[in-house]
Amino acid sequence: MERKIVLEARELTRKVSSPEGELTIVDAVSLAIAAGETVALVGTSGAGKSTLLAMLAGLDVPTSGKVLLDGNDLSRFDEDARARLRANSVGFVFQAFHLLPALTALENVMLPLELAGRRDAADAARRMLTRVGLGERVGHYPRQLSGGEQQRVALARASVTHPAVLFADEPTGNLDTATGASICELLFELNRESGTTLVLVTHDITLAARCGRRLTMAGGRLV
Amino acid sequence: MRAVLALALRTLAREGRSGDLAVLFLALFVAVAALTGVGFLVDRVDRAMRLQASEVLGADLRLQAQDEINPAYTDEARRRGIDTTHITSMLSVILKGDLTQLANVNAVAPNYPLRGKVQLANAGFWYAGASRRHSRARRGVAGFAVARCARCKGWRRDLGGLRRPARHARADLASRPGFGLRRSRAGAADERSGYPGNAAHTARQSRGLCKPVRGRPREIEQFGRWLAQQKRPGERLRDISEASPEVGNAAQRAGRFLSLASLVGVLLCAVAIAMTARRYVKRHLDLAALLKTLGATRGTVLAISLVQLACIALIAATAGALAGYLAQQGLLTLLKGMIATELPPPGLRPLWMGFAAAFLLLIGCALPPILQLARVPAIRVLRRDIGPPPLTSLLAYGPAALVIALLIQWVAGGGWLSLGFIGGLIAAIGVLALAGWLLVTVVGRLRAGTGIAWRYGAANLARRRSESIVQIVALGLGLSALLLLTIVRGDLVEDWRARLPANPPNYFFVNIPGAERDAFHELLTGQGAKLSPMSPMIRGRLLAINDQPVAKMRFPNGQGDGFASREQNLSWAEDIGPGNKITEGHWFTPAEYGKPLVSVAINFQQSMGLKLGDKLTFDVAGETVPVTISSFRNVQWDSLQPNFFLMFAPQLLDGAAGTWMASAVYRPQDPARVADVVRRFPSVSIFDVDQLITQVRSIIDKAVMAVQSVFLFTLLAGVVVLLAAVQATRDERRYESAMLRTLGASRRTVLAGVLLEFALLGLVAGLIAAAAAATGGYFLAARLLEIPYRADPLLWITGALTGALLVCIAGWLATRTALNPPPMQILRQG
Repeated sequence: MERKIVLEARELTRKVSSPEGELTIVDAVSLAIAAGETVALVGTSGAGKSTLLAMLAGLDVPTSGKVLLDGNDLSRFDEDARARLRANSVGFVFQAFHLLPALTALENVMLPLELAGRRDAADAARRMLTRVGLGERVGHYPRQLSGGEQQRVALARASVTHPAVLFADEPTGNLDTATGASICELLFELNRESGTTLVLVTHDITLAARCGRRLTMAGGRLV
Repeated sequence: MRAVLALALRTLAREGRSGDLAVLFLALFVAVAALTGVGFLVDRVDRAMRLQASEVLGADLRLQAQDEINPAYTDEARRRGIDTTHITSMLSVILKGDLTQLANVNAVAPNYPLRGKVQLANAGFWYAGASRRHSRARRGVAGFAVARCARCKGWRRDLGGLRRPARHARADLASRPGFGLRRSRAGAADERSGYPGNAAHTARQSRGLCKPVRGRPREIEQFGRWLAQQKRPGERLRDISEASPEVGNAAQRAGRFLSLASLVGVLLCAVAIAMTARRYVKRHLDLAALLKTLGATRGTVLAISLVQLACIALIAATAGALAGYLAQQGLLTLLKGMIATELPPPGLRPLWMGFAAAFLLLIGCALPPILQLARVPAIRVLRRDIGPPPLTSLLAYGPAALVIALLIQWVAGGGWLSLGFIGGLIAAIGVLALAGWLLVTVVGRLRAGTGIAWRYGAANLARRRSESIVQIVALGLGLSALLLLTIVRGDLVEDWRARLPANPPNYFFVNIPGAERDAFHELLTGQGAKLSPMSPMIRGRLLAINDQPVAKMRFPNGQGDGFASREQNLSWAEDIGPGNKITEGHWFTPAEYGKPLVSVAINFQQSMGLKLGDKLTFDVAGETVPVTISSFRNVQWDSLQPNFFLMFAPQLLDGAAGTWMASAVYRPQDPARVADVVRRFPSVSIFDVDQLITQVRSIIDKAVMAVQSVFLFTLLAGVVVLLAAVQATRDERRYESAMLRTLGASRRTVLAGVLLEFALLGLVAGLIAAAAAATGGYFLAARLLEIPYRADPLLWITGALTGALLVCIAGWLATRTALNPPPMQILRQG
């Protein structure tokens, strides 16, 4: 049975101005990703991976082309509408974790649920933290957690809303090999359990190898 | 919305504990503390001054009339819940055997005075007798207090049909408005006075009914307005603002200066809050981007910040208001003894003013940058170099300028003071920004070829060009405000002190007959008195202005009606007296002696709406005297010298029969000598002004105390601005310090570079501030406060050194913790 396409890019282009003139960061990229699929975007630094990821997630606006996320044409959405769509359909994991230092692990995970207006935010966040192995550390602040633990919290935060698509930007980039491997394991486990589509940008060959599909970028194009 | 509120409060509590918001909180806290501290103090001093002025008047309002007061006024006052009392004044003669004494007699109701109290005079000079039963029976007023007679204790007074022993000697100089120089303002004899017996002996029997009223300030104000509309021609309404020109002048000067000082405090508050808000925004850009990434809309991001700032404002304003109240209480305790009387408790106005100002300052100075948080693109989570689009200049500075202008209008009121302040502010910002730009450019070019510390410091200034300029403007504004305050404060206090000589006249002698002038002078100087030059004085009534009868004219204020309805003391002199300054026209030249010209005090001019060249027609001793206004004079009424509203050209009134008046420093060892003077010159009225001087000095002491405390608050606010300015770049300095130390620079080298940068910043800001303060000081002193301005080279040295020192200390305090941690720790944190 053919799976539903949850993320599609059509002739996606991103240009920026620079002192040297106009630069094309992403050049007419088209792709389609089905529900539950795991996709790795790989390539050298400056190839345009992160910019493509940002446009796919609605964080950035393409110069031309369009993105269809969970059936929604992002080009028709304003900034706030894209934010609301992200709250319901998208999860993020970052290289630098991006946890709020003023909030505990539990509060960090509650954050997207609260923004989506969920009333059971605390219970759901607690369950998710238990799932990622931090059930005993819900009251800890990010500074009291190791790098691996912080990334687990970030994973819990990204997954707690059961998003249609989970984007990850170098999720193991700030971690040592062993910790990176455990995070990688957890990432794919969560993906399998919830059937979430996973799109990740990585330099980690091992991580890329575990994905069902690898897209390589060079000079702003898929090769 | 509940989630937004919960998130805002949760992050606020945590960030508050972590110290991230401490600087913003501190800026608001000190701002409100300064504002409310000043406000409480100004309010209390203002109330004290009003109370004291009320005591001079004996009430809050006074209505004077030649005839019976309309009972409708009393009924209306009663209906409004306002107390009233009555005073009946007359000139009479006190007799003892063959001796007679002209006396001003006041018959008062039992509840007189409604403000202040009646006090015993020091010497056997002022006496009064209480005869409630008798006078109530005679006139419906209870008690009569008699002004003055020499050694009359034990005398029997003969006032018309009354014969009472002067057992209870009482008098109150303070209760006599204008320290008696206008004592015979009610000139018409009153046959219905009920004291007919001595009318033949009375030089000018008069009767005035006064109606002091007392109630709550607002009710008094409303009643005053009502009374002003109802009163008939010839009735004069006086409130505390015109209770006495001396008190009015002192209060006006103090009020002007304290308002100015408050404005500087308000300005520093705005600068500090704007700077800390910028830092708040800078530190929350990542959070805003992350929240957007997680699904927060722009409104949500903005709401979170607004809730946080509102909470900070509320807490800081509460704590600041409390601190302001405690600070002024503590200051008053420290200054106990300087103030002659207890200050009344403050009202609630400063409190709500502090809260309102805190929110207004946040809206004007913090909201525009905070709007940036809502505009930060979500992609910042992946690309930290991407920030929000820059604010337009109008949005960045417009609301702040508007709020500052509103606060200026609110605190200082409208008029030239506010306009001058705003103009000076804009000019100072422009000059400071230009100078800052020049400094950064010059330093940037000079940084090569010197030591590493210099290069590092200079590079920092040049690299953060716009930030450096902003800091120079902020520091310069703070410093110039402090320097300006110092200039004006010093000049003002000096001016006040100069206006009250160490040994001021303590006696006034009025009604000295021309024939006895030399004998009087001889007697007084023989007793060791230092007499001022005697001034001629003659009574005259203004009949017409430009041939229009004044009886049918309407005047700009109530005082004008008073001037039109009563006789004036007219005088003349060849030289313009000390404390008099021509504001328009010119003083009489010898060629103009004898010509029909008059010089008019500006108080008179403003009350009557006069202009140069107007023709005034007077009735002087039954003769019509038309004169043309040749000049207007600003009269320094608090000089305690004889002064007149109307000065005629010399020789014009020489033929008219007038009297003379003089002031004197007169300290007789034996009070009996004063009685000798009275006995020898029975028609001369003698006024002891020692009590008045004490009162004026008391008022000035209160004003000086208020000024000093305002200065302390302003200084504190200035220091917070400096800390906020340094704090704004703390993170960058922390990172750069770690980098330099990683590359091998010693901590001493890094510190030297940082201090050099701060010293340069402070030095130039201080010099520019000195220039701005000197300009502002000149404008304020010469144009607004009418004080001669003296340029002081020390100002420049003080400005430069203070700037460098303050910024170095503040910079060191703010950055020392940034330089201490191991470089690796800082670099790991990023």
